[in-house]
Order: sequence, then structure tokens, then C-alpha cells
Amino acid sequence: MKRLLTGLTMALTSLTVAGAASAADSYPERPIGVAVSYGAGGATDFQARIVTMVAGNEDLLGQPIYIINKPGAGGRVGWNWLATQADNDGYTMGAYNVPHFIAQSIKGGVKYSTDSFEPIANWGSDPAVFVVGKDSEFNSMEDVVAFAKENPGKLTLSGAGLFVGHHIAALQIEKACDCKMAYIPTKGGGAAAMKAVIAGDVKAGINNLSDAFRAREAGNVKILGVADLERNEEFLSDVPTMMEAGLDVDNSSVNFRGLMVPKGTDPAIIETLAAKVPAMFENARVAKRMKAGGSPMKIMTRDEVLKMWAERQETLEELLKGL
Amino acid sequence: MEFLGYFGGVFEPVAFMLLLGGTVGGLILGATPGLSPTMAVALLIPFTFQLSPTHGLILLGAAYTSTVAGGAVSAILLKIPGAPANIATALDGHEMAKQGEGARALHLSFLASGIGGVIGVMLLIFLTPVLAEWALAFGPSHLFWMAILGVTLIGSLDSKSFVKGLLSGCIGLWLATIGYDDNYGVPRFIFSDALTGGIHIIPALIGLFAIPQVMEMFAKGRNASAIEQVTVTKHKLSSSFREIAKSGRALSIGTVIGSIIGLIPGVGGQIAGLVAYDQTRKFSPHKAKFGTGHPEGVIAAESANNAMVGPSLVPLLTLSIPGSPTAAVLLGGLLIHGIFPGGDLFERHPEVIWTFINSMLLGQILMVVFGIWIAASAARIARAPMPIMAAAVLILAVFGSYSVQQSMGDVYIMLILGMTMYALEKFGFSAAPLVLGLILGDIAEDNFILGSRIADATDGSMIYFFGGTFNLVLVALVLGSVLYSFISNRAINDALPTNTKAEK
Repeated sequence: MKRLLTGLTMALTSLTVAGAASAADSYPERPIGVAVSYGAGGATDFQARIVTMVAGNEDLLGQPIYIINKPGAGGRVGWNWLATQADNDGYTMGAYNVPHFIAQSIKGGVKYSTDSFEPIANWGSDPAVFVVGKDSEFNSMEDVVAFAKENPGKLTLSGAGLFVGHHIAALQIEKACDCKMAYIPTKGGGAAAMKAVIAGDVKAGINNLSDAFRAREAGNVKILGVADLERNEEFLSDVPTMMEAGLDVDNSSVNFRGLMVPKGTDPAIIETLAAKVPAMFENARVAKRMKAGGSPMKIMTRDEVLKMWAERQETLEELLKGL
Repeated sequence: MEFLGYFGGVFEPVAFMLLLGGTVGGLILGATPGLSPTMAVALLIPFTFQLSPTHGLILLGAAYTSTVAGGAVSAILLKIPGAPANIATALDGHEMAKQGEGARALHLSFLASGIGGVIGVMLLIFLTPVLAEWALAFGPSHLFWMAILGVTLIGSLDSKSFVKGLLSGCIGLWLATIGYDDNYGVPRFIFSDALTGGIHIIPALIGLFAIPQVMEMFAKGRNASAIEQVTVTKHKLSSSFREIAKSGRALSIGTVIGSIIGLIPGVGGQIAGLVAYDQTRKFSPHKAKFGTGHPEGVIAAESANNAMVGPSLVPLLTLSIPGSPTAAVLLGGLLIHGIFPGGDLFERHPEVIWTFINSMLLGQILMVVFGIWIAASAARIARAPMPIMAAAVLILAVFGSYSVQQSMGDVYIMLILGMTMYALEKFGFSAAPLVLGLILGDIAEDNFILGSRIADATDGSMIYFFGGTFNLVLVALVLGSVLYSFISNRAINDALPTNTKAEK
């Protein structure tokens, strides 16, 4: 018995040692989890499920990816968890939403910042758009700005919460037109904010391009402007950018979504993921499903995301100063 | 009558297998504590990737319908409501099960679910355009008053003492304030990471209902003489049918309230069962029997929570706005197949959408059949030895709380709330008003803040919250409800101090 135990212990020890040596080479050996900071059914969850569905293909990661939903407090619960509690062994990734998590970390009260995570790759970009009800008196951003200048603080504007892309867009528009609006965050995400616009509870709203596109297809809203550097040719080629409408609003509010891992993950593993994940996003089946769901894709490599994070950090610090 | 033309699609072999599988699977998922309808549908979405849109939606429709009803099984047999929709079912249903009438309670619950559910889906089929306008009519001020109306019910819900009912309701309202406040961006009462996101309703529900019961069982289990031997009476199906046929009042109140509340985006089915239960009691000649195992309570609650299923999809299908968490998940299921909900959905994809609705209709009926089939054997659970029962409930409670968001923090919250509730129950407080407070607190606060912000930018709070017929009707209902409970309470107990009214 004793010999058997000793033998077992030795076998186990050697296994562990061998395991440590080749952890990065044979990665991944088991399914990988992705923590999504929003609830099941939300846009981030929905897109994360689509872009990871082919992970098990032999030419990609070779192991399936499963989604863990950690919703709450506008994403803070999930990102706190990823930064402080998740294992950094490469088997737990997280989905990021920029500018949300960067803006939250600037405002404080959370346990993460851009330094807590290592980006892997970006899969999508969902610009914020300016929507009004289908019978609204406003037909262009110029109308909106004229009204806001005449009635400071009277233009009610719904959006999905504080310090998310929608809020950032509202702040940028206010700054650009030098006028005051009443930004009203709704709980329950973009859907509740959109309901407020369609039902006429508020005069206008900021919402996701994908959701607004759908609402317009259904004949419920007009889309007056998109807060991005270029028009969205795929879904909304007829909607001008804020710049075209004479408002100095860049793409800081665009909701970028992608994958990241907690700080301290083996660099070799990060390298493997950074090489293979963009290919996974480029898969034809993924692209087809994303297009069907009206979700704009934007694939960016790890280096591009690192640069984008750093730029956002700078602009957001500037914008949120004194708020 | 267009929907009849698409019934053929449901009866194709593959489609029908999916319908059967969705219904049976949904019942099992629904009966598992912690797996709410939202979770169950979310779990099934990846399976629909490989299916055609029609088949995928048949699976989701059938699963949604049957998980809502399946929640009644654990509510009745174990007093763990599977989802907030089943809280009211547990109040009388579990008392019936303890008296050996579990089979009867399950029969009634499934029959009532089926009837309410079919009527709800019928409303969806025939009145969708009309209902869509209704769904939009509820603005923040109206939702606020509706929530306050709910708060006025707290004192009288499942509690021997009016004051204790109000007090536990207040604890619930306070618990609702915990967490990161998205309206002003400030943390409130967060002493541990687990509380950052607030107290999730499902772990709270499981803890408050199941844990006191487990502790009670352990306490009794030590004393052999205290163990009551439950004799489970067999129940004839025909007599259940007769009983349902005679319960027109509970059924109609449940169905009407369930349909109306289901329609309102943002309120959803969480409170439909409780409101229907309360109203049925008020109109019933046997008021005192409620809470002691009265079948009317089960019938009202279950017909309401299934009646809500059809109308709750109206805002989603016509306006592309998901009105409930489950509808949000279903929206994902539609989008993934490139189907955009909206006004002209019925013209663009009639085959998909009508098959979906038909599958919910048939799902309701299949659910009744399977539900009744398992009722007789399931009811025997009440005879299980107490220590085994306690252990099993505890395992399910931990599993259910953990699975909501894969978080041990939720399990601790569940255990702490449960142990506190055990102590409170010893002093005559009960869990249902507390849970109602927890649910309503969020709805009332969010809509009050949303409304005030809109009011500040427009006409001012007085006009916003008290202007318009709709607001005034709701305010009148609130006052009427306060007055009603005041008078009925006065009749029971003259000595009750009037100043407790002010708290409401």
C-alpha cells in the first residue's frame, strides 16, 4: 500500500512538473471560459456567443469557449471579478466594453483599470447614434442643437446608464454645441432607453447603432446622427456623422467589444491567443451570423487594441475631468 | 385566423419532436430551483444555432411556456419558488402538499397554467396591434404608481399581523437599495464585493423560502415524535377538472391581471402572481382560508403567471423592445437567425412567427398533459424522510443560487438571508412581503428617479406625477387600496395604532 502511495505521489509530481513546462505549448487543453459583464440576452452577451462559437475548430483554438455571465452595476461586478478573482492561467478570459470599463475606472470605486487586463483582440464596434421618435419635430442634428440652445436643459435625452458610451456621446455633443441637455440614464440598458424614445417619454435618445437600426427598420424612430469618424456604410449609409452635422464629436463613445485576459497571464499564452483569436473572428460563419443580427464587426489585433485603449484613457480623462 | 394556416409546420416530425423536447425539458428546468425561465431560454439558445429559424423558435417558445409552469412544482412540493413568478403559488400550494394534497395542488396548478396560458397566447394572436399601443402607454410616472400600488398590498400579504407584514416589506425595500446605484453612480451599503451588483432576486428568493424550512426540518428531525407522517392522498384527475370548472372567479381574476401586468414593459411576470393572489383573496368569500392550503390561491397565482407569457411578447414582436429579461433573451434568439422583430414582422416572416406562436399554444397544452402525468409520483416527495428532504432541499438551494451567475457570493447571501428569515419567522414575520418589497423597491425607485429627471427638464414633478387621467386613476387605486386594508384591518383589530398607516 505504502509503495503504491509513494508511486502515485511520484507519478503525480512528475506530471505536475511536466505540466508546468508545457502548459503554454499545449495550451489550450480544456475549454476556455469568457466572463461577460452583462446579462444573458444583452448585445455583448449575444455577440460574445456568436464570435466564440467556432473556437473548437481544429485550425482555431481546438477547444470550445463557454460564456460566464457576471452582470451587475453596469459591468463593474464582472470586471471586478476578472481583475481580482479570476485565475490568470489562460482558461478565463473576459469580454471588454470600451469606453465603459475605462470610464468607470477613471471615476473610481472599482478594482480595475486598463493595467489590470491584457487585451487579446477586438471583434466589434457599435457606434452611438442619436435617435428621435418617428413623429418628432427634429429632422436633423441642426434642429436638435437649435432647440437645445433656445431651451437649455429642456431637451430630455435617454441613454443606457452613466459612464457608458451613450453618456460619453451625450457629454461630447453638449461640449461641441456648447449647449445644455438633460441626459437621463435608464436602468435596464439600451432597451429601456429606446422604449423611452419610442413611447415619447423623452424627446430624444442615444442608443446603439445595431438596436437603433432595428428600431428604424420597424418604423419606430428616426436616426439623426452617428457619433463615429465615418458613416456606417453597411447599415446606415444615409445617416451623417456628427462631424458632418457640424459637431466636433469623434469616435470616443464607440462601443468597442473584444476579449482580454487578467494581468499576469503567461505571455506565451497571450501570444497564442493574440495570434489565433482574430482568425476566429474572421470565420465566415461568424461573419454571417453577426451580419444577420445587425451587429457591426471591427476586427483589431492585440497591438491595435493596446493603442486604442491608451488613446481612450487619455480622451476620457480629459472629458470626465470636473464631472 | 391566419395562424391556423401555419399549424401544419408544428406537426412536421422534427418540429414536433422539438416541441415535445422543449416542453419536457422546460418542465424539468423550471422545476429546478434557480433556473428561471430567463436562464432556461438562454441555455437553449446555442442549440438553436444549428436549427432553422422556425425550428429554433419552436424549441424556445415551448421551453419558455413550460419553464414558467414548471416553477410551480418546486414551489408546491419544496416551497422553493423556481422564479419570482411562482412565489404566490408557494403560499397555498406548499400548505396543500404538507397536508398530503400535493397531487391535487399540482393538478390544479397545471390546469390553471394551461387555461391562463392559452388565453394569454390568444390575446397575442388576436389583439397584438391594440395591445402594442397599451404597452407604450405606461410611462415612468405610471410605473411608479403601479409599484406603489403593489407596496400597499404588502401589509396584508401572507401575514397574521398587519404591522409585521409592513415591517418585513420595509426590510425588503431596504434590501432593494443595496448595490451600485446606476442612477447617480454611487455605491450603497456595499460592504463586500458580493453586494456590488445588489441582491439578486433568485438567491434571495431561495434563501428566504427554502432555508428557514430546512432549519425547521433539522430542528424537528432530532425529535422523532415531532415528525408528522404525511399521508399522500391519490387524487382523481376528473375531480381536479370539476374543481377547476368551478373556480371561475380565481381563474378569471388571475388571467386578466396576468395579461395586463405581462404587457407592461419592465414590470413583467415577477409580480403578476402576487397581485392576482391578493386580488382573488379580496374578492373571495373564504378570505381566512388563504395561506392555509386554499386551492383558489394556487389557481389564481398560476393562471396569472402563465397568462403573462403571451402578452409579455407583444412589445418585443411589434416594437422590437424586449419587455422582460426573458423577452431580451428571445430577442437574441430571433436576431441570430436574422429575424428583426417589428411592426411588419408578421408580413415578412409569417411562417416563422406564426409557427412560434402556435408552438407556444400547443406547448401550453402539452405542458398540462406532462405536468399532470408527473403530478402523482412527484407528490410522493412529501413522504420522504425529513433528514433526507432537508439535505436535498439544501443542495438544491446552494446549486440554484450558485448557478444564477456562477458566484459563491450569491450562495452566502442566500444563506445569510435564509438564516435571518428563520429568526424572523419565529417572531411571526413572513417571507412573501419581504420579497415583494425587494422586487417593488427597484421598480418604484428607478421609475421615480427617471420620472423626476424628466419632470425637472419639463413641467415639474407635480404635473408629471399627478397630471393626466391615467396617473389620477392609479393614485385613486393606491388610496383605495390603503383605505381598504385600513378598514378591513380595523375590523379585525381595533387596537391597531393608526400611525402605522403613515409609513405606507
